[in-house]
Amino acid sequence: MNNAMSQKEIVRKSLKRRYRKEQRFKFYGILAIVIALSALVILFADIIGKGYTGFIKTTVTLEVQLDPEVMYLEDPTDAEAFSMADFKAPLVVALENQVSDATGKTAQRALGQLLNTYAANQLRDAVKADPGIMGTTQTMTFLAHDDVSVYVKHGDDPTYTVKLSEQQQAWVDQLVEAGVIENSFNDVFFSNGDSREPANAGVLGAIVGSLLTMLVTLLLSFPIGVAAAIYLEEFAPQNKLTDFIEVNINNLAAVPSIIFGLLGLAVFINLFGMPRSVPVVGGLVLTLMTLPTIIISSRAAIKSVPPSIREAAEGIGASKMQVVLHHVLPLALPGMLTGSIIGMAQALGETAPLLLIGMVAFIVDVPDGLFDSATVLPVQIFLWAGSPELAFIERASAAIMVLLAFLISMNAIAIWLRRRLERRW
Amino acid sequence: MQPANLFPLLVVLIAIAFALGYARSRALATPLGGIRNLKSLPFYYAARAALWCGLPALLILLLWLGFEDKVIQLVVVGSLPAELRPESVGQASLVLSQISNVASGALSAESVPAAINDAASLLVTLRDESQMIMTLLVICIAVLSAFIAWLRIAPHVNAREKVESILRKIFFLCAGLAIVTTAGIIFSVIFETIHFFQKVPMFEFLFGTSWSPQTAIRADQVGAEGSFGMIPLFVGTLMISAIAMLIAVPVGLMSAIYLSEYASRRTRSIVKPMLEMLAGVPTVVYGFFAALTVAPFIRDLASSIGLSASSESALAAGLVMGVMIIPFVSSLSDDVINAVPQTMRDGSLALGATQSETMTKVIFPAALPGIMGGVLLAASRAIGETMIVVMAAGLAANLTANPLETVTTVTVQIVTLLVGDQEFDSAKTLSAFALGMMLFLVTLVLNVIALHVVRKYREQYE
Repeated sequence: MNNAMSQKEIVRKSLKRRYRKEQRFKFYGILAIVIALSALVILFADIIGKGYTGFIKTTVTLEVQLDPEVMYLEDPTDAEAFSMADFKAPLVVALENQVSDATGKTAQRALGQLLNTYAANQLRDAVKADPGIMGTTQTMTFLAHDDVSVYVKHGDDPTYTVKLSEQQQAWVDQLVEAGVIENSFNDVFFSNGDSREPANAGVLGAIVGSLLTMLVTLLLSFPIGVAAAIYLEEFAPQNKLTDFIEVNINNLAAVPSIIFGLLGLAVFINLFGMPRSVPVVGGLVLTLMTLPTIIISSRAAIKSVPPSIREAAEGIGASKMQVVLHHVLPLALPGMLTGSIIGMAQALGETAPLLLIGMVAFIVDVPDGLFDSATVLPVQIFLWAGSPELAFIERASAAIMVLLAFLISMNAIAIWLRRRLERRW
Repeated sequence: MQPANLFPLLVVLIAIAFALGYARSRALATPLGGIRNLKSLPFYYAARAALWCGLPALLILLLWLGFEDKVIQLVVVGSLPAELRPESVGQASLVLSQISNVASGALSAESVPAAINDAASLLVTLRDESQMIMTLLVICIAVLSAFIAWLRIAPHVNAREKVESILRKIFFLCAGLAIVTTAGIIFSVIFETIHFFQKVPMFEFLFGTSWSPQTAIRADQVGAEGSFGMIPLFVGTLMISAIAMLIAVPVGLMSAIYLSEYASRRTRSIVKPMLEMLAGVPTVVYGFFAALTVAPFIRDLASSIGLSASSESALAAGLVMGVMIIPFVSSLSDDVINAVPQTMRDGSLALGATQSETMTKVIFPAALPGIMGGVLLAASRAIGETMIVVMAAGLAANLTANPLETVTTVTVQIVTLLVGDQEFDSAKTLSAFALGMMLFLVTLVLNVIALHVVRKYREQYE
């Protein structure tokens, strides 16, 4: 009796400690979730903070007087001579008119540095397109130099180093005041391929490259994945070979992606002699990489179709193939689609295997075919992120936002499809 | 004809074969008194004709495309006079690129020997001829086999069974592709690895403690001896993976426990997808974050407390990799914890244990094998992860245990060695394949063990 009392005492005394322990345990759980979610928030905030300025371009609008004398052009009607003319000079003159205290050769050179390297080319192309404008005054908009852009966007942020001289900064301030230098939405970013100049660099080439690569991946991996899943779920006999196939699929799903890059390099490029850095090879490599994911999710979708459907179809005399193709497959298709979209999203973000098959080349043109050299969005991000120039880092962040936007919309479609089409049995 | 145009043409031919097959089967059925006198529906006769039309032609087309370039290259190189014939693989690719540049007009014909010019014109004619022969062959085979199938349409033939058996074979081949892929991986790394071990002794590669993959350009070069000891790379890989696991396992496991045992349905439905978002973020984004935000932060933090940290520290890469792996650990642990039967939970709670005691003393031990499997899978992913380390870890192969220093990893070296120009006869390039093979073997072993453990565990409670 006494013994039992003391046991009760022990329990009662220990209760407080045990409850504290319980609270602590629960707290650790919450802490873990907070850590994970704050990592997510910091990641997104960091990328948005670094990259939102990538969607802004800095332009200089100038009244350019196309004076043949300034351009060292003897005969303004001779279109052949245009390539010899100095198209930078009228731009510098136009800038000079906008700022005070800019005299002398040094000042002119410093002023010229405020404009994008391709500004003179842009002016020349305009004159070539319409030689009639020679001798007139035109209002034209040019991209500013990246250093100007960084100064205008981040001038008051001490973490950014401004590369402009004191005098140039004063000029830029004047020009901003006068409304000559302006910030606007960066349409160049969405209409250009890569460039050595950050201001001219865009993601269009990479987006088209990614879409072409994804097209190949989708066209190959979805039918093959679904066919493999159907075979394994519906037709495969219970034997060693089937087991071996299953073991292989499960292992391939966990093989590091870079190994698929080695496979692509050794088989598609060295053995079959396919060209490097083309979307077809990229698509083939990504197909092999995503197939296991698609097969596994398609099998799960087939498994979820209740046996009553099969039995009913077999009961009225359908063959095994008819049961599968006419009844099981249509019912499993939404689940298969969902799994495939998620697999495609993975493939879209994949970088490492594509580095090995040469999709890291510097490519300016937007690819126009499956056999045309291309790069993809994640690789473009990788290339820009490795650049020492701040303006490229900004573009890398902006490109990440574009990539994430694609991924989020793909996942949203997958979730919507699942909600909309998937039936609970 | 370009292959890009040949595919649509083939599709048109298949459609015609289908239509003709359909028409013929109906025509054969009419005098017999309708399609009910056919063994199969007209659709199956038509489908059979279409399959006959498409499959052989497609097979020929793919084989032709796969080996066309290789065969043409061999013929072109064979046509060169003896003194120009390349001796090594590297020379061969140089000569070939010269020839193809002349052929495409990128290189002017005057700047190269006459034999190269001849080879270039041979290359152009061979390419044209090959394309023409391919087009003719594919069309002929498609038409011919479709015609045979069309002739064989007869009321007593069970076309449905034939179509189904073809389909079943196609399905089997698709499933078998998994074996082909694995075999492809093994063969693609094994050949180059054998070449590598002919140049560098295997013992030196496995146990050497210094890694500096240079090959001499001149024989008398200073420091020409490259060293290929993979120990520093594996130590670097293991250190970064270990840091990642130190973050991911506790955080992932605790959040899985909280979500499955404590959280309300509502919290769960919000937090779980957000955790899964971490898994959906591409690795290049994590790499960007690690290299440009976390690494400078760690460097500044370390210098403010008087430590010196490299700007490419192992810690930065490891931390970010840990964040990336959290969702793997948490979703795998979540599955495993949920698989523990509710009766065990109820039994423990009924005896008066608190929830945390139930968790740590009953459920966790029961779930341990499954959790271990999940942790192993996560470790294999950490070891094979590439982009984070390529962007945030360094290239210098230091044999160190200090996480603030720069280390390099196996995957970083594979990428550095294989991006850009490669010569497939130098130890430098080949060493990447040897590293790839080690990586494949290590992750394979981890995966096999992990999958086995997880499966055994599932069976236990099913």
